[in-house]
Amino acid sequence: MPSDHASGFAPWEDADATPLISFDGVTKQFGSFTAIDNIDLQIYPKEFFALLGPSGCGKTTLMRMLGGFEDVTEGTITIDGQNMAGIPANKRAVNMMFQSYALFPHLSVADNIAFGLKRSDMPKSEIQGRVDEMLRLVQLQKFARRKPHQISGGQRQRVALARALAKAPKLLLLDEPLGALDKKLRQETQFELMDIQEKTGTTFVIVTHDQEEAMTVASRIAVMDNGLLKQVDTPDRVYESPNSVYVADFIGDVNIITGTASEVLENTQLIWAEGATPITGMTGSRVVQGEPASFVIRPEKVSISKDEPQAANKVQGKVIDIAYLGNMSTYHVALANGVIVKSQTANNRRIARRDITWEDPVWLSWTDTAGLVLRD
Amino acid sequence: MRRMTSFNVVSLTVGFAFLYIPMLILVIYSFNASKLVTVWGGFSTKWYGELMQNEAFLDAAWVTIKVGLISSTIATILGTMAAFVLVRSGRFFGRTLFSGMIYAPLVMPEVITGLSLLLLFISIGLPRGVTTIVLAHATFSMCYVSVVVSSRMASFDRSLEEAAYDLGCTGWDAFKSVTLPIIAPAVISGWLLAFTLSLDDLVIASFTAGPASTTLPIKIFSSVRLGVSPEINALSTIIIAIVTFGVITASITSKRAIVKQQREEQMADA
Repeated sequence: MPSDHASGFAPWEDADATPLISFDGVTKQFGSFTAIDNIDLQIYPKEFFALLGPSGCGKTTLMRMLGGFEDVTEGTITIDGQNMAGIPANKRAVNMMFQSYALFPHLSVADNIAFGLKRSDMPKSEIQGRVDEMLRLVQLQKFARRKPHQISGGQRQRVALARALAKAPKLLLLDEPLGALDKKLRQETQFELMDIQEKTGTTFVIVTHDQEEAMTVASRIAVMDNGLLKQVDTPDRVYESPNSVYVADFIGDVNIITGTASEVLENTQLIWAEGATPITGMTGSRVVQGEPASFVIRPEKVSISKDEPQAANKVQGKVIDIAYLGNMSTYHVALANGVIVKSQTANNRRIARRDITWEDPVWLSWTDTAGLVLRD
Repeated sequence: MRRMTSFNVVSLTVGFAFLYIPMLILVIYSFNASKLVTVWGGFSTKWYGELMQNEAFLDAAWVTIKVGLISSTIATILGTMAAFVLVRSGRFFGRTLFSGMIYAPLVMPEVITGLSLLLLFISIGLPRGVTTIVLAHATFSMCYVSVVVSSRMASFDRSLEEAAYDLGCTGWDAFKSVTLPIIAPAVISGWLLAFTLSLDDLVIASFTAGPASTTLPIKIFSSVRLGVSPEINALSTIIIAIVTFGVITASITSKRAIVKQQREEQMADA
């Protein structure tokens, strides 16, 4: 499935595009605790926007403020040009899919979906048609008369989605929508979600702590920590060009080598161990010559070999661990100064002759542009 | 299944005998033809016939039912509201005091509750009658309702209400169409409990009843003081029959509901 930005969908790069949602200097405090700290953020129509972060980072609070379940301590939230201050949840063109699904246990699947429609200005005669349409969208026509406890977890998730979409909201909020599903079902459902998002053209904002899920579904990801937005970017940019060690470390697997920056140009040389050749990576944000910095590189961009390679950056070490994951293997290599660097290689052949094994002296190498030097 | 040891059989028999032999004797003697309660004079249902003619008993029964229905309804409304506040409003100044005050009447001796209510009614000049019994019963049974409902409320998923708001409900609409149907079993059992307590109550009713409004327990108690009549036995047998019928129906219904739910859950997983 092509991701949105690959097909040219990138309103955040268009200076003339009007955002659907705009956070301006938004702060939320619970007593003396600051859950959201002066956030500015624009989300555009038809985006599939992910709020990603560890628990307690403020992502759920941010979403609940959009839904109207928490008010703003400072700053303004604008949705579709309208200031949301003082507008309660039941008066917003925003619907939410709850983490627990929150299906009404005493109502059938069809009545759950019709619940919001009956409270809208939709004429009674059209409600049944809309419910049928939603049931078709999530492929639950056969289960319309069942009660929530009479269907499986995956089906419940789809009912919750259909119920939240029934009123055709401008914005759909999804709070950990796939958290309760097992891994296989979760992966299938991710694609279903993307499909439905594309069909309905609704703007989705999803809260998740699962970075793989965010990478799969989202057009843009906001990585949060301690009430701050650390980086807001497309999945590939967040992965390949993290703006901080925190983001690099939070998304995916990463090797981090600390040292001192020298020669900050397009690339930066990092002095990481006494007597060793400095390593080179692309200069990331806010690196200052002579100051401490970190070199970050993804394990799959580190090559491993027994013989000395012809490469811009190379270090020697000893294999201390091999993790065989089936489709790939990760080698844990200890360098002379004790730093452990991981190298990942795809197992392209079925029964590969393993020429590298535990305790082997090996060379690790990478190109000048494979890694980034970031300020700590 | 393990076999019962003879010790278990004996203790079970003795236990049940202890509980039910007095009632059994009462039931048997209600069909006694003799006027003397302790002497068996042959089988007869005449006391049931006489009971139906006894205006005083029928009046008392009617008052009891009326008081039970009204007071348990008031108690259910107030008790549910109290439970709502206790569970929902989180921490507020005086919450511990408030919840303590809700539950205090549960352990307060009935004599004290009855006496204090009597003094209150006298001091505000409220004539004693059905109204005062209703008020008294609603007051003490409300605590029981509140206990039953708040335990259910505590396990209630708040996001259900938030979902209702999210889908366009106002506060009252969300309560009526989501919260109430879900906590309904607790509200109903609270009502039944309040109703039972009201039917059962002798002490508080005797403090708050007026001369023209006697409840059945008061009537029975006062006539027994003049000697146990076979009519009382007949009346008691009818009450036992009603209670037994109620208990059996309730347990069959809930058993069926459980079986049905299990079957449906299996169907859902399949």
